[in-house]
Amino acid sequence: MINPLFIIILMAVVTVLPRLLPAFIVDRIRFPEWMGRWLEVIPYAALGALIFPGVINVIPDQPYIGLAGGTAAILLSVFKLHIVIVVLGASLVVYLLN
Amino acid sequence: MQETSQFKQGLVAGVPIMLGYLPIAITYGVLAKQAGLTLLELTSMSVLVYAGAAQFMGTNMLVLGAGVVEIVLATFVLNFRHFVLSLSFMYQSRSFPHRWRALLALGLTDETFSVASLKTKQTKEVKGYYFYGALFLQAYLSWVIGSIIGGIVGNVMPTSISQSLGIALYAMFIALLVPSVTKNLKYGAVAILAMVLNYTFGHILQDGWAIVLSTIIASFFGSFLVRRQS
Repeated sequence: MINPLFIIILMAVVTVLPRLLPAFIVDRIRFPEWMGRWLEVIPYAALGALIFPGVINVIPDQPYIGLAGGTAAILLSVFKLHIVIVVLGASLVVYLLN
Repeated sequence: MQETSQFKQGLVAGVPIMLGYLPIAITYGVLAKQAGLTLLELTSMSVLVYAGAAQFMGTNMLVLGAGVVEIVLATFVLNFRHFVLSLSFMYQSRSFPHRWRALLALGLTDETFSVASLKTKQTKEVKGYYFYGALFLQAYLSWVIGSIIGGIVGNVMPTSISQSLGIALYAMFIALLVPSVTKNLKYGAVAILAMVLNYTFGHILQDGWAIVLSTIIASFFGSFLVRRQS
């Protein structure tokens, strides 16, 4: 069997390179304004893609529990509660439903 | 001291990430140990790879006896989204010293990026990089220490609790997104477009590519929608 540490090091290389490369790219290239704007909108798009559909798989095969937890998080955030309260509140909802 | 104050604020901003990371890292440690990885191996993976989903997948594939090329390629695909996130954050933090930015880039995950990218004020402050440094370091240590706890002590948390905390990071993403949306509905439109695209691509592509493509496409359209604030 191949040494797992060898595989882990290769996994690290292919993970670290995409993280690190932009630090050098951004210095070399002067982005035109439209591209800068594009890069500035990425956080909102990324958040959307990270939230859905992942949130429905929080409890396997029970999408409604994830959705309920997500809805609780939306409501608590709309009322401008602190982010830690939002996280704990959503967890409580999932705990009670599960 | 500017450094200390920025550092402390970074730690405070990172608390939700820590709450989300600890239970997942512990679960990872437990599963990896059960799968037959040694403590050194499972900890090395957290220290060197530092990417939740990829570590669960990698451990799984190791157990199933998948080939090196297969595992490494799958890891690359799953983690390539960091390239897009890093490009965005490196642009946001372009005024920072180069050494700091390279260091911060190494600590980018979905979660640290989400918090850091919505805290733009610190990129214009004196020693603002200490803020992001603290945020990223705390997340990293939570992940590594959680894995070690899982690997040594086993599951210290009852399943019902660790399952419930599975929503923690999603709740954090939501809590980060909502204030921006209530300020400007266009951000909500961008996020919803990304959700729809990710859901659709999820049926035809691997998760890694689905997230990358939906993020790039939704933000591209979003950049026309959202004008630069003066």
